[in-house]
Amino acid sequence: MEHIRTPKVENVHMIDRLTPRKSTAGTLYLSSTHTIFVENSEARKETWVLHSLVYNVERLPTNPSGSPLLIRCKNFHVYRLLIPQEKDCLDVLASLTRLSRPECYGELFCFSFNPNLDKELREKAWGFIDLKAEFSRMGIPSNLWHVTAANHEYRLCETYPSELFVPKSAFPAVIVGSAKFRSRGRLPVLSYFHRDTSASICRSSQPLSGFSARSADDEQMLHAIMKSNPVSELMYVVDTRPKLNAMANRATGKGYENEDHYTNIKLQFVGIENIHVMRSSQQKLVDVGELPAPSMSDFLWGLENSGWLKHIKAVLDAGVFIAKAVAEDGVSVLVHCSDGWDRTAQACSLASVLLDPYYRTIKGLMVLIEKDWVSFGHKFSHRYAHLDGDPKEVSPVMDQFLECVWQLMQQFPCAFEFNERFLIQLHTHIYSCQYGNFIGNCQKERRDLRLQERTHSLWPHLWENRAEYTNPLYRTDHSQTQGVLKPLTTAYCFKFWKGMYGHADKSVASHQSPADCLNAVREESQQLEEELSAHQERLAQLKEKKTSGGRKKTNKLSERVRRPIPIESKLSSPLDYFTATRSEKHSPSFTLPLELAAPPKNGDPDDLSTCSDFESGVADLSSHSSSAGDDTKDHDSDEAVKSNT
Amino acid sequence: MELSEHIKTANVEDVTLRRPFHPALRGTLCVTSHHLLFSNRKDEASWQLLILLKNIDAIEKRAVGSSGTITIKCKDLLVLQLEIPGMEECLNIASSIEALSSLESVTEMYPFFYRPSHLTLLGPWGLSTTEQYYKQTERLWDRWRVSKVNSDYSVCPSYPSAVIVPREVDDDKLIRSARFRQGGRFPVLSYCHHSNGMVIMRSSQPLTGANKKRCKEDELLLQAVIDGSELGYIIDLRSAQQAQQARMTGGGFESKSCYRHWKRIHRHHERGKVVQESLIKLVEACSDLSHSVDRWLSKLENSKWLSHVHSALSTAGLVVECVERDGHSVLVHGSEGTDNTLLVSSLAQIILDPASRTVTGFLCLLEREWIQAGHPFQQRCAHSAYSHARLKQECPSFLLLLDCVWQVWRQFPLALEFSEALLLRLAQEVYASNYGTFLCNNEQERCAAGVKENTHCLFQSMLKPDIEEQYLNPLYEPTDLAIWPSVHPQSLQLWTGMFLRWTEYAQNMEEAREEVWSIVKEHRERV
Repeated sequence: MEHIRTPKVENVHMIDRLTPRKSTAGTLYLSSTHTIFVENSEARKETWVLHSLVYNVERLPTNPSGSPLLIRCKNFHVYRLLIPQEKDCLDVLASLTRLSRPECYGELFCFSFNPNLDKELREKAWGFIDLKAEFSRMGIPSNLWHVTAANHEYRLCETYPSELFVPKSAFPAVIVGSAKFRSRGRLPVLSYFHRDTSASICRSSQPLSGFSARSADDEQMLHAIMKSNPVSELMYVVDTRPKLNAMANRATGKGYENEDHYTNIKLQFVGIENIHVMRSSQQKLVDVGELPAPSMSDFLWGLENSGWLKHIKAVLDAGVFIAKAVAEDGVSVLVHCSDGWDRTAQACSLASVLLDPYYRTIKGLMVLIEKDWVSFGHKFSHRYAHLDGDPKEVSPVMDQFLECVWQLMQQFPCAFEFNERFLIQLHTHIYSCQYGNFIGNCQKERRDLRLQERTHSLWPHLWENRAEYTNPLYRTDHSQTQGVLKPLTTAYCFKFWKGMYGHADKSVASHQSPADCLNAVREESQQLEEELSAHQERLAQLKEKKTSGGRKKTNKLSERVRRPIPIESKLSSPLDYFTATRSEKHSPSFTLPLELAAPPKNGDPDDLSTCSDFESGVADLSSHSSSAGDDTKDHDSDEAVKSNT
Repeated sequence: MELSEHIKTANVEDVTLRRPFHPALRGTLCVTSHHLLFSNRKDEASWQLLILLKNIDAIEKRAVGSSGTITIKCKDLLVLQLEIPGMEECLNIASSIEALSSLESVTEMYPFFYRPSHLTLLGPWGLSTTEQYYKQTERLWDRWRVSKVNSDYSVCPSYPSAVIVPREVDDDKLIRSARFRQGGRFPVLSYCHHSNGMVIMRSSQPLTGANKKRCKEDELLLQAVIDGSELGYIIDLRSAQQAQQARMTGGGFESKSCYRHWKRIHRHHERGKVVQESLIKLVEACSDLSHSVDRWLSKLENSKWLSHVHSALSTAGLVVECVERDGHSVLVHGSEGTDNTLLVSSLAQIILDPASRTVTGFLCLLEREWIQAGHPFQQRCAHSAYSHARLKQECPSFLLLLDCVWQVWRQFPLALEFSEALLLRLAQEVYASNYGTFLCNNEQERCAAGVKENTHCLFQSMLKPDIEEQYLNPLYEPTDLAIWPSVHPQSLQLWTGMFLRWTEYAQNMEEAREEVWSIVKEHRERV
């Protein structure tokens, strides 16, 4: 609280980026965890921005109407405020700058976030994802693989989980020796076992090979992994770095496996660039989204120039290569990069998504993230800047994984149980520090922080709300759902992810979503069926009552809660076509708050307030047509009753 | 010369056909006056491929030993390969295809020979006429009338015989206004907005020329359009500079001093050859699978196709903004008023008017705004993206319209009654068709050729109840609102259904569409 210089500023305006003349007046509050903007309008619409989601705060030059303040968020939302007094603006700026950069873990939101769960529920919630169960689900044959105690108390490798799956044929000395020969002790261990071919995906960091060093233990370790796949006499080592980078590492005593020293390995480079390249690429992409009134050419040129989609393709290509080796060639793969916690995590988890339909379900993706990212020491707190720290450690590694999954969803609309909203929600929470799941950089750190006692788990929360995150086109028996996905990786398959980066365009939110519509249709069908049986029951009851003397009828039959099909109220948001295409410079970007933390629910006050943005004429029409919609629905229910009686 | 004289070899056996995503097939190839027929009678089930020769945009011949290969590139972007044993046969087939796919005479074209048993030539041709449209639109009765001044097509050769004009402007004034407009395309009504009575007019450019000529009747005509209200907008589809330059060649624009109540807004739109070349570049970019992401994006950008989509939708949005939000009438024109003008006026109607978003309404809109309004289909669609022929008057304006409508459909998946399949069918039919709908350049030519008497109407056949379902959008929920498309570049996408139609990519989408249908059907059964 001591960082808040001013808790409340009145007469603040929140400005729409595309139509700056439309802005809403309200009051700005600063709490210890959120910035809250409450509109003065009738609806009192509230916009909450979590401090830990704030990427940066920028003050623009003061103009006669006040001091503009730009709040950019890590989930690419941008809020533009106009504060009447310069002093208030400076106070808000200073407070937010400090509040958005916590200096120690104790300051993070997850330690104060309290969703009113009792202790027992909280503990149960942390057990929601069980990695032991996951490894047994994979059907790992116990004669070939087993859990080693070598990393008990993180003795062998600080950043690995304490339980590791290794080939049964690898002796403890080999395990220890191999760990010594790998950067940061991250030895080759099992990540995924593919039951259909008995081929496996293993992961590690780079070997400390330098120009000539070798380790008999490491060589034996790889041999043991190869032998754990009884049908194959070969193993791939996929180095996810560009070959040049891998070679450069040799000068520092690291590098890659020499094919002559290891029996029957095939080394393959897949060329994913390092975290620094990715960081600057994403920044360029975000800048493209913020261009004021760009032309089509500006946009496409900017997209190309950012290189972002090229990197996304490289990551997906790595996944496709591994999945193909495992599923089609039946060959085991060892994946590594430098430290084996960024590109390796991307490549392994994407390959798993392609290989195993389970990871394309809601629960499955949670398990996969828990396994390949959380447990294997992906440095969440560093990469997503949970604490004020080295900006060079920050990089959108997980963003890229989620985007690759999204790109796959575009190609296979029926193959995934979850929808885009789920991915975006995951993305937000990786940055938000609201739940304990992604705090810290490895399992050991999380244990030392006692996160399970002091914070809550995200997974059960998402699971309870899974109806929001379900893809209506998903069906377990669909051909796209089964087996291995074989995506095209032709350049034209890669699209700009508008749902993630396109918040500059306010109208995004107001457009219709076929998925929501289908979900509504599905739900309605189910409801109708439930009602049908309820009505039948009631009829039976009524009959009984009639025979036993007869009482007054309830006429609640036709009343029912129904989720309206989301259309009219959010339908049209007139753009300003006069200004939208003019080439003159606009004032910098801004988007309307569409809080992803609270996904749009229909009939929510949130939606009503978007209505108030409309020109009066349009808003009137909207109320007309939505009432028309209700009429048809009543008609429907009448029919349901008819068919029932 | 009889068509059959072009055919030197009518039949070849043992031809191998290769097409995307299918194993090669061996069979018999036949060339007829209008078709290329490949049939494979290997097993019990015979399989046939029938291609209208008019659909063939370009062919490439290659000799391999004693046999030859012909690559056929169709106007609907399909590419096929035929391996023909015997060099002579191969050359004969190729020359027949070349000659018969580029027929000039309308009455020799296939629609004049297409006689399916389920259709009859009796009865009215087309969906509606100007008079019927007027009768249905009560809003017009008060201040507007149907003029038959063009009944013999002498006032404006590219207009239909009947047009809707302000009631107080008599036919003499119309004739004088027509003389002042390029090609005689004087301002006529295109759409009247149901909620406020404001209208969209369209015309060609005024012939003010270097001497700043005026035409009183033309000024009066426009004055009558706004009828005493203080303002109307002229959306000129050229940049201000281009409009100035047009004066040097006898064209021009409505000057502020002569049309005092009209405010002119210029929006630059590419036209003709430039747009055709865009299409060629785009299709070329889509057919090279080896591009890196950077190269692909650069080629996509360089084709400028999406830029044209962007301008068309933006200007249509501007027109709608004038009509719906500002409550003023609009006159749209470029130079000739036969391409971009129609594109913008019809897109504006889709955005504004719920009636034009139904299957019937959309086809009626196309009939009114493109067929009757005199878009020169024959000239514009003579060739598509593959042809090596020197460009004459080709321009994919209509395809651009379909792309823009697709963008609207993608942004408002519930607002249109029709599906992408309808747009794809139209994109195919406009280049090669069994029907007479897209023949000729205007009503006058269609009359002269006897199109209405001797061919079937595509739109009528598409509305037959038994085949309509595939063209329906299962999620359709009518709305009375204007549907304002986002024209932010990131909201516009490549129309993959069209341009990647023959790739694997399209197949998964097809499955998704089927899934949507099955969910909706299941639901309907339950209700």
